[in-house]
Amino acid sequence: MIEGILIGLSTALSLTNILMVMVGCFAGTIIGMLPGLGPMTAIALMIPITYGFDPSTGLILMAGVYYGAVFGGSTSSILLNAPGIPGTVATAFDGYPMAQQGKAGKALAIAAYSSFAGGTISAVFLLVAAPSLSKVSLAFRSPDYFALMILGLTAISAFSSKGQFLKAMMMVVLGLMLATVGQDSLSDITRFTFNNMNLTDGISFVLIVMATFAMSEALTIIFRGKDPNRAAKQISLTELGSIKVNKEETIKMAKTIPRSSILGFLIGVLPGAGATIASFLAYGMERNYVNEEEKQKFGKGSVHGLSAPETANNAACSGSFVPLLTLGIPGSGTTAVMLGALLGFGIQPGPRLYQTNPEIFWSVIMSMYIGMVVLLILNLPLIPYIARILAVPRNYLIPLILFFSVTGIYLMSFNNFDIFLMIGIAVIATFLRLYDFPMPPLILAFVLGGLMEETLRRSLLISDGSPNFLWDRPITLIILLITITIVGWQIFSTFRKKN
Amino acid sequence: MRISPTKFISLLFLVLSVFYLYTAYNIQVFAFDENAPFNARTFPIYLGWAGIILSSLKIILPEKITTEVNHKHLDYKSIIYLIIISLIYAAVILKIGYFISTSLFLFASYYFLGERRWGLMFVLSFPFVAAFMYLLHGLLNIYLRDPFLKYIGVMG
Repeated sequence: MIEGILIGLSTALSLTNILMVMVGCFAGTIIGMLPGLGPMTAIALMIPITYGFDPSTGLILMAGVYYGAVFGGSTSSILLNAPGIPGTVATAFDGYPMAQQGKAGKALAIAAYSSFAGGTISAVFLLVAAPSLSKVSLAFRSPDYFALMILGLTAISAFSSKGQFLKAMMMVVLGLMLATVGQDSLSDITRFTFNNMNLTDGISFVLIVMATFAMSEALTIIFRGKDPNRAAKQISLTELGSIKVNKEETIKMAKTIPRSSILGFLIGVLPGAGATIASFLAYGMERNYVNEEEKQKFGKGSVHGLSAPETANNAACSGSFVPLLTLGIPGSGTTAVMLGALLGFGIQPGPRLYQTNPEIFWSVIMSMYIGMVVLLILNLPLIPYIARILAVPRNYLIPLILFFSVTGIYLMSFNNFDIFLMIGIAVIATFLRLYDFPMPPLILAFVLGGLMEETLRRSLLISDGSPNFLWDRPITLIILLITITIVGWQIFSTFRKKN
Repeated sequence: MRISPTKFISLLFLVLSVFYLYTAYNIQVFAFDENAPFNARTFPIYLGWAGIILSSLKIILPEKITTEVNHKHLDYKSIIYLIIISLIYAAVILKIGYFISTSLFLFASYYFLGERRWGLMFVLSFPFVAAFMYLLHGLLNIYLRDPFLKYIGVMG
């Protein structure tokens, strides 16, 4: 492991890669800060730029963007009460009241320190957990992988559906359907192309991400522009107050950070859960841990209440890399985007990545830590200036997002069919978003579609077409039982709400 | 009888799934693959049935949580303008080249979203796109096809 850490450090600490982490963190912070735009959009917008780099550098840039976007999301939560991403909603509960009390600078500093500590602790966990789990996952066979993907898709649907599980599952099926367009990987038979040559190679992953996230989010912001409840609130960005944290506040943070880091990391490892669930659970857990006097401060600017979700959401980000790096199966929408980018580089993440491409495996892990340091030393002093981004009018912001989306697609194919297709999918996605049809399950399903068909093919060929492969192996059976439990729980909660 | 928008979307999804399933059954597979445990049709057929079952359940089951959208608060005018500009942009990008089409797209988008500071609109369109092209093509060595700039000899 020491050798791997050194390989990772030597790659991550090259001048180019340090520069990429800095650029990534900075760009991610700016994009993540804008309400409505999250890490998935930020990473998607970066994909075309990474084409010019080697895989390690490209991934390091994207990891920087990921952390930057999560941090940026906290900034808009605290300053505007308008979370940039769902994972920072809980940050606003105590961060925004602090900002209203004239302590915005302090709230941002607490968020930054907590994010740094949460990210650092979980990067250490990742360092230990990922290689061990890689070895365990070598025992996984096709039926286990197939079951694991079913579990991942069910879990992300359960967690991202806001109580509307069926809608999320429909998005999963839609994502899988889109993944089947084009040439079948084994037989070369074309499917669902309707004799259109442009569809022979299938629909590009970048196109789907750009359409359902970057472009559709931009259109949604414009669409809801007249909504008085969603209009951006004007705040004074010049009076953020001091960013100094006193001794009493440091002690409070020191108590909160370890438990929230552990919880955040564990939640992040679970397929489908991620930063949003982690931050809410950490907030709830912290409220139960503190004394009665502190409990009364929750929702009114509590240091514990701000530190807990911020620590947990960053810890969950690191945790979500565990299934991606060790099993090749992303646990969240954001890591699904990163998997798509990895596949674009010709790298198949999974248990063998650790052996075949150790420099990528370790450099991603090490760059996460470097990203944390960069976020702290670069972004914190720049907060008063970066915060001014929030004042950029949407008249400029939206066209620029559309510009980056179209450029990304144009760079890939130099063909306008893909741009038309992207606009069409983005319009449909915008209407689906209006009625709470979640997009992350669609992306995860689209990314996993090819792999899922392949593992199902192998499993059915091994079992000669019999469904026995679903219960022949204990691992497969256990994973499927967990999936059934999640589905059962969703049905039970629906009926419980009814009664 | 009034059908909720969610159920209407589910109905559309049901129609899509039926069409998908029909197309899946009609995928031409090799003769020796017809009776194989798995062929190019198998996975799409499962998906088609899954789509039909899920959308039917959504249509049949009563809605516990309804998503209300107030259409009066939605800015249809701006979004229609933006989509039309984007479609024109996609249609002309290959003919007039990346630089001019993208700059005009940005300029028109700023205008239709209500911006009237002409100087800033210009800076954030033509020079901005030129700088971006230089970053991609000149510094990052990412090929950016522009037949027009190639024709006038600005790009290689």
